[in-house]
Amino acid sequence: MVVEARHLSIDYRIGREWVSAILDVTLKLEPRRIHGLVGESGSGKTTLALALMRYLPPNARISGGSIWLGDQELTHLSEADMQRVWGRRIALVPQNPLEALNPTMTIAAQMTELTRLHLGLSAEQARQQALDDLKRVNIADGEQVLRRYPHQLSGGMQQRVMIAAALSTQPDLLILDEPTTALDVTTQAVILDLIRERVRSENTAVLFVSHNLGVIAQLCDTVTVLYGGEVMETAPVERLFARPVHPYTVGLLQSIPKPDAESEARLMTIEGVAPSLAHRTSACVFADRCRAAVERCHAEKPPLEAVDDVHQARCWRWPEVQSGQVALTPPIATAPADPPQRDTPVLQVRQLQKHFVEGGLFDRLTGRASRVRAVEDVSLHVNQRSTVGVVGESGSGKTTLARAIVALDPADQGEIALLGQPISLTLRQRSAETLGRLRLVFQNPNEALNPHHTVGQAIGRTLQLLDKRRGRQTDIRKRVAEMLQAVGLAPEYADRYPSQLSGGEKQRVAIARAFAADPDLIIADEPTSALDVSVQAVIVNLLKDLRNQTGVSYLVISHDLELVVYMADWIAVMYLGEIVEQGTAADVYGIPSHPYTEALISAVPVPDPTVKGGVIRLHGDVPSPRSKPSGCPFHTRCPRFIGSICVEQVPPVRVSANGHQIRCHYTLDELAALQTADRKDAL
Amino acid sequence: MIAFIVRRLLLLIVTLLVTSALIFSLTQLLPGDVARLILGREATPERVAAFNRQYGLDLPPLEQYTRWLGNFIRGDWGRSFAAGNAAVRPIVLERLNNSLLLAGVTLAISVPVAIFLGVIAALRAGTWLDGLISVATLSVVGLPEFVTGLVLINVFALGLGWFEATALIRPGYTLGQWVRVLGLPALTASFVLIGYITRLTRAGTLEELNKPYVRTAILKGLPRRIVIVRHVLRNALLPTITVIAISIGWLIGGMVVIESIYNYPGVGGELVRAVEQKNLPMLQAITMIVVLAFALANLTADVLYTLLNPRIRFR
Repeated sequence: MVVEARHLSIDYRIGREWVSAILDVTLKLEPRRIHGLVGESGSGKTTLALALMRYLPPNARISGGSIWLGDQELTHLSEADMQRVWGRRIALVPQNPLEALNPTMTIAAQMTELTRLHLGLSAEQARQQALDDLKRVNIADGEQVLRRYPHQLSGGMQQRVMIAAALSTQPDLLILDEPTTALDVTTQAVILDLIRERVRSENTAVLFVSHNLGVIAQLCDTVTVLYGGEVMETAPVERLFARPVHPYTVGLLQSIPKPDAESEARLMTIEGVAPSLAHRTSACVFADRCRAAVERCHAEKPPLEAVDDVHQARCWRWPEVQSGQVALTPPIATAPADPPQRDTPVLQVRQLQKHFVEGGLFDRLTGRASRVRAVEDVSLHVNQRSTVGVVGESGSGKTTLARAIVALDPADQGEIALLGQPISLTLRQRSAETLGRLRLVFQNPNEALNPHHTVGQAIGRTLQLLDKRRGRQTDIRKRVAEMLQAVGLAPEYADRYPSQLSGGEKQRVAIARAFAADPDLIIADEPTSALDVSVQAVIVNLLKDLRNQTGVSYLVISHDLELVVYMADWIAVMYLGEIVEQGTAADVYGIPSHPYTEALISAVPVPDPTVKGGVIRLHGDVPSPRSKPSGCPFHTRCPRFIGSICVEQVPPVRVSANGHQIRCHYTLDELAALQTADRKDAL
Repeated sequence: MIAFIVRRLLLLIVTLLVTSALIFSLTQLLPGDVARLILGREATPERVAAFNRQYGLDLPPLEQYTRWLGNFIRGDWGRSFAAGNAAVRPIVLERLNNSLLLAGVTLAISVPVAIFLGVIAALRAGTWLDGLISVATLSVVGLPEFVTGLVLINVFALGLGWFEATALIRPGYTLGQWVRVLGLPALTASFVLIGYITRLTRAGTLEELNKPYVRTAILKGLPRRIVIVRHVLRNALLPTITVIAISIGWLIGGMVVIESIYNYPGVGGELVRAVEQKNLPMLQAITMIVVLAFALANLTADVLYTLLNPRIRFR
């Protein structure tokens, strides 16, 4: 059955006014097809997806258009009628499965209430069907899972349960709203395989909402790009990724860091901020941020025009973009960088260890406290003017490592040296000079800035401390302006409060504050993961420029392998608190690599529909660091598992001539031979 | 779970020991001579000495304490200083019995009403009904018990004659008589509790209603009533249940005002009388009971919370 939104518009009430959130959106969703809906935060993609279910917040209304489920029109149905549509004919799989499941009900209760309600099954029949449904999402021990409460399952398992429940009534439309965003990349790969395989075998139309272009490219048949609540472009996936005609789509695609790109190339950025919907004007909604905007774009909103019978775009200049008359390529790097200096490391970390003891006083006295081995035996060098990336999934200990290096959570054992000088593991015993040389940029800029301090106060405070250390007095206000200019913000920003800034602007301020201390090393913990991809590009470019100008070094912590490969010259891969592989970006991304790295690379969805991603999938869950596996910590999930040696013996570190290290029972040559053979088979 | 309860019970014993020592020290510090207070100013020194010997008041404080503690644990709670020299234990236990009865009736009235009002207020948040419930419960909380108590007496006892104004308890009451006696004190106490519990329930329910799992339940097509009853309530009431359990401690040991309005023979009133009369054995015994009641109420709250919350039960 075809599901269609025709000229759908949604308004929100803000104060006394109605503000347009979704404007004139038409979507056609067909059975067995996956339709991608892509957009950045604030684009209205989740509002639109939920509006298709006619589920709106109390302060929203459908102000125009219609929603057709086959020949039934939904916008006029009563709530009671919608209750026969929800769960039965349209099902939703939301973003965060743990929050979307009721914490105090068993999985069985939550799955069976749906089939009992809509299919009229008895308790026993519903339980039987739940088992079957779980089997179809590759959960073999369904009995076990049904008895559990949501928090007892891993994120991947929770999301499988959500998908199994959603499909249990064979709905006409399945809406997946960022279903893998809360998951690790290896789990995401497994869930995406599952969605791909299950959807094709059902007679269901799928709307897949995501901000992740890689996921969209690998999964969807057709893609709609949403911006400011309007459709910018719709096309079959291969067409959209190969020959986009809307400047916004072009910008989005070029702002993704690609591992094969020249490391000095800059990412395409989309300057400016997402539009405020409170003031919808007659202009093109993207005009203010568009590189191709001309006078007409600011005066008149373009219609959604057909490029051909499968491809539509809302742009006055799409024919020129299509024919290449409008140049939308990113500029090449600004200042030439001095090459990294290998001989004088900024940071040396030797055999760092950090354990957490869990449990209260009583548990400690009775010896029942458990020991979480968060970071174990980590050794790492950061050379001057270089960027070192630390990659790992949740629970890998990468953030603990960062916090141990800056002594926010002091390490238990090991050595840290800054510019060759050993420094204390604890914060108290570090000198002001050391604290200034080693700065941290946090993941979430919203929480890193004091909401009661202006930007000028935040940066000025660091500058004052620097002056005190250097025994001098300078014009703080002038230097704040210089710092702001360095991160691309106007001097007026000094008087603003964090709440007046966008996410990207806040992260720029946080970076400016870090640089204000004139550091030698900046540790950036997931510096862009709270930001949209176009804003991420701005921050990544900024970090590169600042490194070239100041000669600072970075230690970048991230879950995003592509980003790290793009930014860093040296990469360390962490699993369960240990570095399993480290080497130059090319070495780590190439052959040989550690089986875990290989699986990570294989799991990354490539933002190009013509390139099929890797096929290596990690099954099972990441073991808890409370009960770390013996021998090689990766042996429980390793696709290249050898045998008892992996279970019993800690693997040696294999080192190549150029310093590439892999912790594995295979030698580098053996790994290279295995991986080359597999790659040939795949071709 | 069992280990948890055992651990808490051990902790409870420590609490009781510390409390008993504290109470004992405080009674030592009370001004005035107990014997003179009780025997009267004209008592001869011989009678005072005899009194002190009889109750062990001539012993060193530490010995007095250990003696009292040993006896208390064995079940000998001493004899009252007050007229009649009655044994303390039967009196305290009878009072406790009365207090438990009143507490039970109060909870039976207030909890269903408060939860109902709280949920309705949350579901209609921002409407006139929510406003009405908020104003009503807030003003009831704000009113002192003796005001509500006197109003109730005037209307329902003196005016309508439905209930007794004073609560004399005699053995062999019929159910009807119990209702007449317990009605007004329980109602007065309920007013205090309903205010708190309603507001807590409202806040808890509002918080839960905004959680994503409620959206999941609605988008399963479940009728709203089932969404509320099956999905929202259990989560929303978790904090409320804790507060209800803790309030049992107050209901047993803290209802001094209400007991004195209605002349209700509960624990609280007896405690005040014991202080006034410097009736040390009575004071000590009642304090221990009240502390025990508070501690057990807290323990019940924690156990209930754990049992109802699988996130803690299956960590």
